[in-house]
Amino acid sequence: MSWDTTDFAILRALSADATMSAGALGRELGLSQPATWRRIKRLQDEGVLAGRRVDLDAEALGFGVAVFLGVKLATKGRVSLEDFERAVTAIPEVQTVQHVLGLYDYRLRVVARDLSDFERVLRRRIMTLPGVGDVEANVLLSEERLAGPL
Amino acid sequence: MLDDTDRRLLRYLQSDPTAPISELAERCAMQPATAARRLEKLGAKGILKGQHAVIDWSKLGFAVEVSLRFTLDKTAARAFDEFQDAARLIPEVIAIQTFLGRVDLRLSVVARDMAHYQSLYRNQILTLPHIAEVEALMHVATIKTTETLPI
Repeated sequence: MSWDTTDFAILRALSADATMSAGALGRELGLSQPATWRRIKRLQDEGVLAGRRVDLDAEALGFGVAVFLGVKLATKGRVSLEDFERAVTAIPEVQTVQHVLGLYDYRLRVVARDLSDFERVLRRRIMTLPGVGDVEANVLLSEERLAGPL
Repeated sequence: MLDDTDRRLLRYLQSDPTAPISELAERCAMQPATAARRLEKLGAKGILKGQHAVIDWSKLGFAVEVSLRFTLDKTAARAFDEFQDAARLIPEVIAIQTFLGRVDLRLSVVARDMAHYQSLYRNQILTLPHIAEVEALMHVATIKTTETLPI
């Protein structure tokens, strides 16, 4: 699949505001509404546009803390990976689970109400996961998402 | 400041952001106009900050994604600011996070392939200011990414 600068402009605009209509987006880019819609459809069909993220003020909703955990498994083998993954994805406070190569096996993003709530999640939920070994925690202070190579 | 109805609305919105407002309203057992008004209010209050498209970089030809974790030389007074300013200028950097912990800062970097990553790493990443230590985690797979809040 090849993408041109107009596709990139659409992606840039939708990463800033995904609720923009094809008509409004087209006007900004000097394209007709149907032409814009076709491009958006193609980006969706090819899986480039992979969905939407709702940006909420976590603190106002009572989630004051986000922590990234690096998790190393104590025992390996296919079965233990699957067990771990199944159990970890079921924890509601765990927002993201990434399988990584390097110092850790998994990278988790965990939200909690405050540090003592985080401690509860860590002790009762994370440390009791099947096969869990070393865990490193880093508290998120700030986060900035960039447009990327578009 | 938020009632249960607002929370329910946000919970459904998070789980399916592209659903039309009529469907969202139906799930919350309210009129579409009421749902729209409540969402607008949540937006005005700054609780609903917006919606952003999620881009699958691998489908755009960026097959490699790496987490680079840095510790910075904190003896330099403006180490964080200068590092972040310089990192923002690298197009392949898609996220910058700062931390309290063993790691000071993390960059998410995408690259077309390992050769591209290597040249990025050598020419742009390692030349960033005030690096004391850097370690890389290569993404193999994303198992879960809801980024929803358990409200």
